[in-house]
Amino acid sequence: MKNQFDQFSGTRTYITSAQLRHAVNVAVALERPLLVKGEPGTGKTLLARAVAEDLGMPLITWHVKSTSKAAEGLYVYDAVQRLHDSRFGDSDVSDIRRYIKLGPLGRALTGDERVVLLIDEIDKADLEFPNDLLHELDAMEFTVAETQDQYRAERRPVVLITSNAEKELPDPFLRRCIFHYIQFPDRELMSHIVRVHHPDIEKKLLNQCLQKFYWLRDLPDLRKRPSTSELIDWIGALVASGVSLKEVEDQIPFLGSLVKRPEDMDVVEGSGRKSARASSRWV
Amino acid sequence: MAEHTQSAKAARPSVLLELFYHMRSCGLAVTPTQWLTLLEGAAKGLHGSSLMGFYGLARAILVKDESELDDFDVAFASFFEGRAPQTKEIEQRVLDWLRRPIPPFDVDAELRRVMDEVDVEALREELARRLAEQGEKHDGGNHWVGTGGTSPFGHSGYHPGGIRVGGQGRLGSAVQVAAARSYRGHRQDITLDVRQLTVALRKLRVLVRSGPQEELDMEETIARTARNGGDLEVAMRPPRQNDIAVILAMDVGGSMEPHRRLVDRLFSAAHGARHFRRFEHVYFHNCIYETVYADPSFERPIPVRKLIGNNDGRTRLIIVGDAYMYPGELTERYGAVHWDDRNEEPGIAWLERLGKHFARTAWLNPLPPWSWRAPSIGIVRKIFEMYPLSAKGVERMAEELAG
Repeated sequence: MKNQFDQFSGTRTYITSAQLRHAVNVAVALERPLLVKGEPGTGKTLLARAVAEDLGMPLITWHVKSTSKAAEGLYVYDAVQRLHDSRFGDSDVSDIRRYIKLGPLGRALTGDERVVLLIDEIDKADLEFPNDLLHELDAMEFTVAETQDQYRAERRPVVLITSNAEKELPDPFLRRCIFHYIQFPDRELMSHIVRVHHPDIEKKLLNQCLQKFYWLRDLPDLRKRPSTSELIDWIGALVASGVSLKEVEDQIPFLGSLVKRPEDMDVVEGSGRKSARASSRWV
Repeated sequence: MAEHTQSAKAARPSVLLELFYHMRSCGLAVTPTQWLTLLEGAAKGLHGSSLMGFYGLARAILVKDESELDDFDVAFASFFEGRAPQTKEIEQRVLDWLRRPIPPFDVDAELRRVMDEVDVEALREELARRLAEQGEKHDGGNHWVGTGGTSPFGHSGYHPGGIRVGGQGRLGSAVQVAAARSYRGHRQDITLDVRQLTVALRKLRVLVRSGPQEELDMEETIARTARNGGDLEVAMRPPRQNDIAVILAMDVGGSMEPHRRLVDRLFSAAHGARHFRRFEHVYFHNCIYETVYADPSFERPIPVRKLIGNNDGRTRLIIVGDAYMYPGELTERYGAVHWDDRNEEPGIAWLERLGKHFARTAWLNPLPPWSWRAPSIGIVRKIFEMYPLSAKGVERMAEELAG
């Protein structure tokens, strides 16, 4: 049985580091939002699903867009619909509550059971967006201005927030969060992760793939380094097409699934040629 | 919680407070509220009664950005390493305090003395002997090799003089983990990638409503409809857009060669930053005279007068260069380093002209500020505000230019 603190231990399909598990558990125990940052493709969004699954709570996701407003997360008052209804008189417009639609945050705060709330890519929205959420995340309560209805979370949701560092988040907001930076997985962790997705892959092939993958990532001039999800897709393509170990040793088949920008292709080809030339110089 | 804090204070007045001030003196902006959160976490036993756990807990609560992780590691490691002779004692004191909420282990002085006396060689031999004797996996207990026990062998256990066998270290290794400084790559003042620069440049914006009216103005719609006696009248407005136009002028070749990649990244960032209303870039060598160029190989000349004519004074001019040259290149007629650049006016006159026309200008220098000693740099700084070409420097510049 799990004890009070170590509630989150990772799931079968989601591999975490001990540090990340610790951070999740700290956030759950202290009832503070967990802010997760890290390179794209390190599984920030998947973490929320894994946490929800592991804690046995429903997951509510709020995908933040560049146009998102904090208030929309709580509720939207559909005034235009009400106006239309009033013109055509085909429904009861006197009940204003019919036009209040709760947003993801609103649902997370008003539900009967404790939920996991994922606020995904908070940095996409306007710079002031996180500040506008401060009160609701702190007090876990809100008021619908139109009806003066007050809501207060019976059970504080577990809040996970992801950011790609596109915008800097305001200090007061950061101070309230538990912070974790997902480091790019090292080889050992990465082979675990790959095995979850491709359990039958041969050890030698996997090692060779990882070698090529980390070699690519270490190229200094690469603009966009391949991520975990791209590695998994790439290995999927290799396995599906039955490429031999030798072929992966000699070249990088399906390079396009790892490297996507034309200028990065040039970089890869350039350095591949250089190393080839170096080895054949004295032949 | 208050009770815990008080009793802890009475017992061990200053270790944690010392750590707090040490963190602050290391440049981490740890606030008292964060500190109280840490105490709350410790009181709840979230550190798992180990220094490694405490390290993780403190990091999760006190660090706000990956660029601070390295500072945190340095501060944490130096707090313990700087007190090398007393490290064991301080660890013990911290742990004593931490142990208070849930007491998981006890080491009395006698046991401790015995453990400290064991030498490593003897431990190794003993380990080999026990491993040979032991035929199965073992967890807990105090003799066999396994996890979570108090035998000197295995991992996740507690033994003051033990050997760790695989797994994750708990006690003393927190200092080693911190000292390994695996987050050094995220420091803002040394590394710079395109993304960081893009983030820094985001600060360079002034939002105004302009362009076509394509956004629904809810308040106005309601107001108009109400005035209309309930007949719906929709009001639109233009969306908010960044009003900033930028010219990036880059020094290439010569002493700038070592900084080529860095300047390249700044260019990518500025070019990729789609939030500018307009973005133009030009190249020059060492100093700007009559002509700048649209390409780094100096084949497509643009007269500076045209550059000034085409851009109003509200355009932000950012010059990138080391400003490192023979002063004559700035102050003398025909001073240009290029053989065929017969400049009729000294470079300084051109720089002043640019500085006068563009109300907001900045000079980004790839060299670190402590090295800005050359006379030519002094002359340039009289005209342009100079910032280091680091994420922090670019950010400061962006804030200054946006204001």
